[in-house]
Amino acid sequence: MMLTDLTLAEARDALRAGDVTARNLAEAHLAAIEALNPRLNAYVTVTADQALRQAAAADAALAEGKAGPLAGIPLAIKDLFCTEGVRTTAGSRILEPFVPPYESTVSANLLRDGAVFLGKANMDEFAMGSSNMASAFGPVENPWKRRQDYAAVLVPGGSSGGSAAAVAARLALGATGTDTGGSIRQPASFCGIAGIKPTYGRCSRWGVVAFASSLDHPGPFGRTVQDCAILLRSMAGFDPMDSTSADVPVPDFEAACKRPVKGLRIGVPREYRMDGMPEEIELLWRQGLDWLRDQGAEIVDVSLPHTKYGLAAYYIVAPAEASSNLARYDGVRFGLREDGEDLRDLYERTRAAGFGAEVRRRILIGTYVLSAGYYDAYYLRAQKVRALILKDFTDAFGKVDALLTPTAPSAAFAQGENMDDPIKMYLNDVFTVPANMAGVPGMSVPAGLDANGLPLGLQVIGKPFDEETVFSVAAAIERAAGFSALPSVRAGH
Amino acid sequence: MSLDAATVRRIANLARIRVAEAEVATLQQELNGILGWIEQLQEVDVSAVEPLTGAASMALRMREDAVTDGGYVDRVLMNAPDRAGDFYAVPKVVE
Repeated sequence: MMLTDLTLAEARDALRAGDVTARNLAEAHLAAIEALNPRLNAYVTVTADQALRQAAAADAALAEGKAGPLAGIPLAIKDLFCTEGVRTTAGSRILEPFVPPYESTVSANLLRDGAVFLGKANMDEFAMGSSNMASAFGPVENPWKRRQDYAAVLVPGGSSGGSAAAVAARLALGATGTDTGGSIRQPASFCGIAGIKPTYGRCSRWGVVAFASSLDHPGPFGRTVQDCAILLRSMAGFDPMDSTSADVPVPDFEAACKRPVKGLRIGVPREYRMDGMPEEIELLWRQGLDWLRDQGAEIVDVSLPHTKYGLAAYYIVAPAEASSNLARYDGVRFGLREDGEDLRDLYERTRAAGFGAEVRRRILIGTYVLSAGYYDAYYLRAQKVRALILKDFTDAFGKVDALLTPTAPSAAFAQGENMDDPIKMYLNDVFTVPANMAGVPGMSVPAGLDANGLPLGLQVIGKPFDEETVFSVAAAIERAAGFSALPSVRAGH
Repeated sequence: MSLDAATVRRIANLARIRVAEAEVATLQQELNGILGWIEQLQEVDVSAVEPLTGAASMALRMREDAVTDGGYVDRVLMNAPDRAGDFYAVPKVVE
């Protein structure tokens, strides 16, 4: 067995038993990155020297018996998390030269616990996208292949496409991501791995390049539910630097993965059936419900009547917040500068040169919906619809402990598909966006394959700050699914 | 509500993004596509609904009004595209 095939939990235990060293693990992953990253483009920056230094420190800590929970675990960090002294681009030309003088809270928490950072993962520019096609540093190749069309290059999903592809292809044991409308869960589903968007406020946003502040959620990717639980425990926690950080205890999520689902009530929202959704996704969803029923859960029909309006409301709220957050990129204090005749000319040229097409579209939509005369018709109405979406979840959680839905309406699509119309790309997030609007936790767990041999995920949605139930339900599906398929492109293959 | 070309130029101007004249028609079509799709929200009865500004159902915390950070000009300026001494430098603004 190759070291890159270990799960994060197995690697942790092997490190503690002295069966492997952090140096072994770091070198194995760096070799895999060297071999496969030129093709997959999952990393935009590889920090090999730093990884080896951190691994040496982890080996020393392990020898002294002072190792943190993640000592020696090699991870990929989405290039949206500021990393001190390591370039952080957010997938954008406008931040291409930016080297943060500080560390984000989430990545600092991982370093505190002994993690090793292999590099910065590729992503859609400013986390706006569902395919990773909108990165200024080129697309990411999904390591999975269609059986019937092996030549097609598939997308890994987005926006955290590099993180998901790296974990699936064994170029990292786990990764950080962020999820504003589905950017952890949809790529996890497309790449056959697990990923959780925790409750809003669970992981600090401090030092994470902002897209839409009321919707942005940092969270982890892993190849198993347990690996996600281990990572989330380290990433989470109260942070006075983030005004919306929740001052609540961080439970032992790993222990929750072992909890039985017997007696839990699992809701099936009837509105999560979409026209044109492949039948195999519908069948997998039913299969997932059967698995939970077989383990003693009770399945209950519920209604989330405003689901269909989630996306449209999101495409007002998110661009509005983005247009405000991205106003800081002006070519004056950091990032790209295009010289101009005067200050205004400098702003306009810098922002035209620095932002890609999708980011520009969203800034313009956001500027419009916030402009005088249109605020009430668009932005205020969207915020009211958001309140109704939250109420849907609150009402449903009065009757059930968690919800089960598909993660995405399709398996991974090919590069170039869904590119002709922005709304087609937006529809990828139809099942994931409502949880961002409401701030409730959601997790994608790989549950099966489509007829082309591509992975499909199921989504577990839970009550605010009840990630433990989400982990126990996701782990129950993982156990029953016995998902053992592997991507064609992976370390050693 | 449908955007005309002049409105597209006005929004780009407000957003401080230079848009080439040749791009206005494409942008107008794309933005109208998105805004047209968003129109479905008009179906929702939102009378008597309070707007929700964020997902965090908590009151903002108060903190001491004290200086807790700062004093490192070089770190602050290390990413400046242009600087003059301890200041950011920009094209001349006042004649």
